[in-house]
Amino acid sequence: MKIVVCIKQVPDAKTVRFDTEKGTLVREGVEAVINPFDLNAIEAGVQLKERHGGEVTVVTMGPPQAEEALKEALALGADNGILLSDRAFAGADTLATTYTLAKAVERLAPVDLVLCGKQAIDGDTAQVGPGLAVRLGIPYVTCVSGLSFGDDQKTLRLKRSCEEGYDMVEVEIPALLTVLATINTPRVPSLKGKLRAKKARIPIWSADDLGADHGMIGLAGSPTQVVSTSVPKFEAKREMLQGTPEEQVDALLDRLEEAGIL
Amino acid sequence: MAKVNYFLSEEQQMIVDLTRQIAEEKIIPVRAELDKTEEFPWDIMKDMAQADLFGLYIPDEYGGLDGGCFENCLAVEQLAYGCVAVTTTFAASALGGYPILLFGSEDQRKQYLPDIAAGKKLVAFGLTESNAGSDAAGIQTSAVEDGDYWVLNGTKQWITSGGEAEIYTIIAMTDKHKGPRGASAFIVEKGDPGFSFGKKERKMGLRASSTRELLLNDCRIPKERLLGRRGLGFIIALKTLDLARPGIGAIAVGLAQAALDQAVRYAKERIQFDQPIISFQAIQHMLADMATEIEASRALVYSVARTIDSGEKDIAKLSAMAKLYATDAAMKVTTDAVQILGGYGYMQDYPVEKMMRDAKILQIYEGTNQIQRNVIGQALNKEYAKK
Ligand SMILES: Cc1cc2nc3c(=O)[nH]c(=O)nc-3n(C[C@H](O)[C@H](O)[C@H](O)COP(=O)(O)OP(=O)(O)OC[C@H]3O[C@@H](n4cnc5c(N)ncnc54)[C@H](O)[C@@H]3O)c2cc1C
Ligand SMILES: Cc1cc2nc3c(=O)[nH]c(=O)nc-3n(C[C@H](O)[C@H](O)[C@H](O)COP(=O)(O)OP(=O)(O)OC[C@H]3O[C@@H](n4cnc5c(N)ncnc54)[C@H](O)[C@@H]3O)c2cc1C
Repeated sequence: MKIVVCIKQVPDAKTVRFDTEKGTLVREGVEAVINPFDLNAIEAGVQLKERHGGEVTVVTMGPPQAEEALKEALALGADNGILLSDRAFAGADTLATTYTLAKAVERLAPVDLVLCGKQAIDGDTAQVGPGLAVRLGIPYVTCVSGLSFGDDQKTLRLKRSCEEGYDMVEVEIPALLTVLATINTPRVPSLKGKLRAKKARIPIWSADDLGADHGMIGLAGSPTQVVSTSVPKFEAKREMLQGTPEEQVDALLDRLEEAGIL
Repeated sequence: MAKVNYFLSEEQQMIVDLTRQIAEEKIIPVRAELDKTEEFPWDIMKDMAQADLFGLYIPDEYGGLDGGCFENCLAVEQLAYGCVAVTTTFAASALGGYPILLFGSEDQRKQYLPDIAAGKKLVAFGLTESNAGSDAAGIQTSAVEDGDYWVLNGTKQWITSGGEAEIYTIIAMTDKHKGPRGASAFIVEKGDPGFSFGKKERKMGLRASSTRELLLNDCRIPKERLLGRRGLGFIIALKTLDLARPGIGAIAVGLAQAALDQAVRYAKERIQFDQPIISFQAIQHMLADMATEIEASRALVYSVARTIDSGEKDIAKLSAMAKLYATDAAMKVTTDAVQILGGYGYMQDYPVEKMMRDAKILQIYEGTNQIQRNVIGQALNKEYAKK
């Protein structure tokens, strides 16, 4: 089984400061770490490999220093790392990021499973996973907090957590999952892994290596403009319907009628 | 802030970073609970195994990382920053493993070291008995040859990881009349006939480490379990302790550093008489002494460990100095840390009272600090006689 894990380097939440005047993160002098959810994605990939065999390739798009993140992933049990780095990638929004990542995954084809973190703790959009799956034309499941393979080694049984409870979902590979922190506890890196990682040479793929359309990457491929940011307020009413499916449907019809929708 | 440059290699820095990560992520969050429940830290041992730490001092050919005394010191210093009890469990495995590494036959090394390096099996070191502590030559446990077997009888006391470890290196008398040349070292395995465990001690500190009796009741082990040669028992024990003692010094450095960090942070935050207590010179001077003694301890421990790794054989005095100085400093530093935190320091809500309780053991085990002074004194006496 070939597994690709997408990881992002983010400012260390322990050392990061916030410029309240500008409303931005102060990135200077801040240590970069692997996005916490991506550590869970790596662990999920390595556990699958340990159980079912295969290979875990970790991919990141970022500046040359992002090589550190890939080396750390190797120390955590990944087999290969690939750095997507090119001045032309700079300024990418989620649209351009997913395009670039998709090009890389296609270059690694055939890939059985793509794993992403639920969201990056700096950008925070949670769009890259789903966007990448759409570009690859494969199904995706977000917010996965548990997974196991069916006997056919083709169907993944997933626990998908939502605000009140969870869904059990099945999906056939190839597929993309975004994972939550609750899916596992990332292992500590091993010294042998770290030594191996130190010596490892991480290939760097440029825009041309990917055969990327220069209009689709970096600033040129990024129509998003961040006008302002705010924390959304949850004001909507929520209600869980109980009982047998029939009772729940009846209750739902009542509610819709009450609301004047039916 | 400038730090003393100890010229660590990239690999050594890696060991420091990784063990610090384990201390912060895996040990510190649970140390108070482990201290309360006296639970054996199996989960953390598994993390350490996964991180390859148990193989640090073991040669490559047996699955280890080929490190030396210094690498081991770097690791235990950072682990002890988290918890001395957990670190003692880790370090005791090396104490039990060194005799096999140093004196084991090729067959014994091949059989035991790979599992030890992989952290699959913990090791314990059994020398002390109820009537033989500092005076190790007074041990009563006996080993008698019987055909293809050795038969061991006796009771070992206060053995770290007793009951939890799979492998035990045991010192027993083979020829009582030969005195110091009358002891031998053996490998005993959990499950050997006649081998069982006695009472588990309840302790002032070091509570997550298991300290237990080993009961040898006509314990019958194959002949090939003798380590080195018959009669080498005390030499094996002494060489092992010489190699391990800088590690106890390093544990002391890590512990003292943790106590200092707590004390400085607290002193900056605690307001009395309308000012942070760190503004009082009395407090500053205490902190200054603590920081200085920690750095001096670290410098001594590191230098001794590196001297050992350079191949120096006559290490008894140096390694006793590293243990003595750093552990006395840790006792003083942790006591002062409690003082700086005042009544809060005495409460279990803060970690420094545990640090002070844990510090005490470092002055006692692997040879009391009086015995370290004896070793240093005797070495001086010999050195100056030559001149
Ligand atoms: C310095 C800087 C400037 C930026 N400027 C802009 C801007 O001008 N306009 C704009 O719209 N956005 C901008 N961004 C945000 C940037 O577009 C997003 O950070 C990026 O597209 C990923 O989105 P996200 O962080 O929300 O990730 P999410 O969608 O929250 O991440 C989910 C998962 O996707 C994967 N993933 C995310 N990013 C990567 C990556 N680079 N490589 C591999 N896997 C990845 C990881 O698995 C991650 O857990 C900027 C970011 C930075 C750091
Ligand atoms: C928690 C714990 C874990 C331990 N783990 C192990 C282990 O894994 N394996 C093992 O074999 N042992 C272990 N020990 C035993 C430990 O090494 C001994 O406790 C230590 O060597 C001291 O022996 P003792 O306690 O019998 O003290 P004693 O020898 O009775 O000493 C009592 C006091 O007299 C002093 N004293 C004794 N002789 C002299 C002298 N000649 N000159 C000056 N002062 C002297 C001592 O310094 C001490 O202050 C452990 C002990 C403890 C408490």
